[in-house]
Amino acid sequence: MTTAEASLQRTSTVSTRYATFMSRHASLVPTFAAVLILLVLLVGAQVQFENFLTPGNLSALLLDNAYLVVLAVGLTLVIITGGIDLSVGSVMAFTGILCASLLSQGLPAVVVVPIMLLGGGAIGLLIGVLVQYFNVQPFIASLAGLFLARGLAFVVSLSSIRVEDPAILWLQRTRFTVGEWYITPTGIIALLVVALGAVVMQWTRFGRTIYALGGGEQSARLMGLKVARTKILVYVISGVCGGLAGLLLTAYSGAGYPRNGIGTELDAIAAVVIGGTLLTGGTGYVLGSLVGVLVYGTIKKIISFMGAEQAWMQIIIGGLLLLFIVVQRVIVARSQRRT
Amino acid sequence: MKRIVRHRLFWPVVALISLIVINTIARPQFIGVTVRDGELYGALIDILRNSAPLMLVALGMTIVIATRGIDLSVGAVMAVSGAVALTIIDGSPDPEGVGTVTIAVVTALAVALVLGSWNGFLVAIGGIQPIIATLVLMLAGRGVALLITEGFITTVNSAPYSFISSGYIVGLPVAFLIAAVAITTLALLERRTALGVLTEAVGINPAASRLAGVRARGIVFSAYVATGLLAGVAGILYSANIRAADANATGQFIELYAILAVVLGGTSLAGGKFTIAGTVIGVLIIQTLESTILFLGVPAAQSPVFFAIVVIVVVVVQSPQLHAWVRKLARSRQSANTDAPQKVKVAS
Repeated sequence: MTTAEASLQRTSTVSTRYATFMSRHASLVPTFAAVLILLVLLVGAQVQFENFLTPGNLSALLLDNAYLVVLAVGLTLVIITGGIDLSVGSVMAFTGILCASLLSQGLPAVVVVPIMLLGGGAIGLLIGVLVQYFNVQPFIASLAGLFLARGLAFVVSLSSIRVEDPAILWLQRTRFTVGEWYITPTGIIALLVVALGAVVMQWTRFGRTIYALGGGEQSARLMGLKVARTKILVYVISGVCGGLAGLLLTAYSGAGYPRNGIGTELDAIAAVVIGGTLLTGGTGYVLGSLVGVLVYGTIKKIISFMGAEQAWMQIIIGGLLLLFIVVQRVIVARSQRRT
Repeated sequence: MKRIVRHRLFWPVVALISLIVINTIARPQFIGVTVRDGELYGALIDILRNSAPLMLVALGMTIVIATRGIDLSVGAVMAVSGAVALTIIDGSPDPEGVGTVTIAVVTALAVALVLGSWNGFLVAIGGIQPIIATLVLMLAGRGVALLITEGFITTVNSAPYSFISSGYIVGLPVAFLIAAVAITTLALLERRTALGVLTEAVGINPAASRLAGVRARGIVFSAYVATGLLAGVAGILYSANIRAADANATGQFIELYAILAVVLGGTSLAGGKFTIAGTVIGVLIIQTLESTILFLGVPAAQSPVFFAIVVIVVVVVQSPQLHAWVRKLARSRQSANTDAPQKVKVAS
């Protein structure tokens, strides 16, 4: 056997392996595409600006988008069940301003943080109950949550409140450094949420029930899965994530502001979709959403490097969203043809 | 009596009338309409005028929702059309000229039409879920508007342009007349031709209606185009009212209020049956509620809380689960009261 033949055979097995892998893991393709786009963006930016891929810059990427990572994780769970949560941005603003207001009244951070998480969870619970027990479409139920949280944020305070609590500011100011790399406690929290989300989705009964629910609610119910409980819990988790994001954002900006996060729900949805989660439910990965947020953050950074108008941000994100929707559509159409 | 109560516009009308009654009791001048120089003034007239942009957007939304769709991009389309119109007026040598304003308005509407067609293309021909397809433009549209205004809030002083929003013709606000024309046109198109029935058919069962020979694609496509056009008009009204094009604030949350108005009016988000009169009443309820909240001295920024409560009450009252639960409750009471015949009579 000549070497040429051997190599030919190897490439053919590689390609068949690739084909089998792709057909078995078709749902991973959009996430791979997102990783690819992230790499292209990073390398392209490095070629263009030369000082882009510095440890400081990359560390800042996580720091600047920690709140969005947390929101995206919660939203991923909701979207995989086939629902949607529009309230996340408003919940973040509400809990953020609540945190600042309570701290300024002299309450210690140990009390305030659980209140924030509970506040977010309560709004999530409201949405979940409306969706599950009153058959309200998730879009409308979470719309009510959006209005409620946004209004409550303004009820707490009409203007921004500075935060001077050392414990909250510690989350942001502390930097654990390795060489020139650094990570703040906010970044660690965000990564922990991602890790927790990924483990729960992959290896727990609850996580698998979420996938089953998104694949077909009727089938999940007939299989004897606890549909009602899971569905409500998913919205509660998203609300708690909103509360946690409020904490991270408050620490990041050093103040609570009731106008924070207008339109953040759209950024979060875009990040989740770019990360490869199908809006129809059933497929998606928490880690993919992390990649989606990083793509979002990198584009933002590139735009600020270019000194271009921030308006381009919205246009590019819109365009990317479209691209991913088309990619997903093709994949879904293909897998339907196969079955 | 039972027929009136059963009518699907009964509860929206009751809500609107009770809001007006509450307002009139709280401040008697609310109901009054004064005539000055042959022009009507008063709180009710203000509501009619201020509701015009929302009315236009909600009308379009009704048709889109009837086809089982949704259009999230209306606020962004408003921002773009306002930005286009004001940038043209701002850049022209004669901002006061009627010709300039006409060109600006026509161009803005043409752009809105293009944006509407884009949505229609994605949904009807691309077959993409409406929420996501219109989300693209919702995100990108404001960026486009910001690029048009170059990141600034363009302000202009143009009497003919302001006239569109604050002027009067035959004693009535122009904005209200524009909304009225839109309502009439749409009602005639949808209810005096087969278009309305076909739209409902597409919304109730797309596959069956296609098999029955309905051109579902064309109907869905034109629904988004119409919504884009109406949102464009709304953007012009909005920017004429504040005499400025603010790419971020124009039409913020209007898609949500428009959806709320449609749902309040009794059109189901599941698609199919729709009612234009219901949407009109829904918009008026929202505008009256807004005016009530302002009158109560609540800061405008806090008003979403009230709307959240309204949304929750409306969806819970409409939900079949609650109806089933109430019926069960009534039945169990009835069976418990078999010894007391008078009470049974009351219950039935």
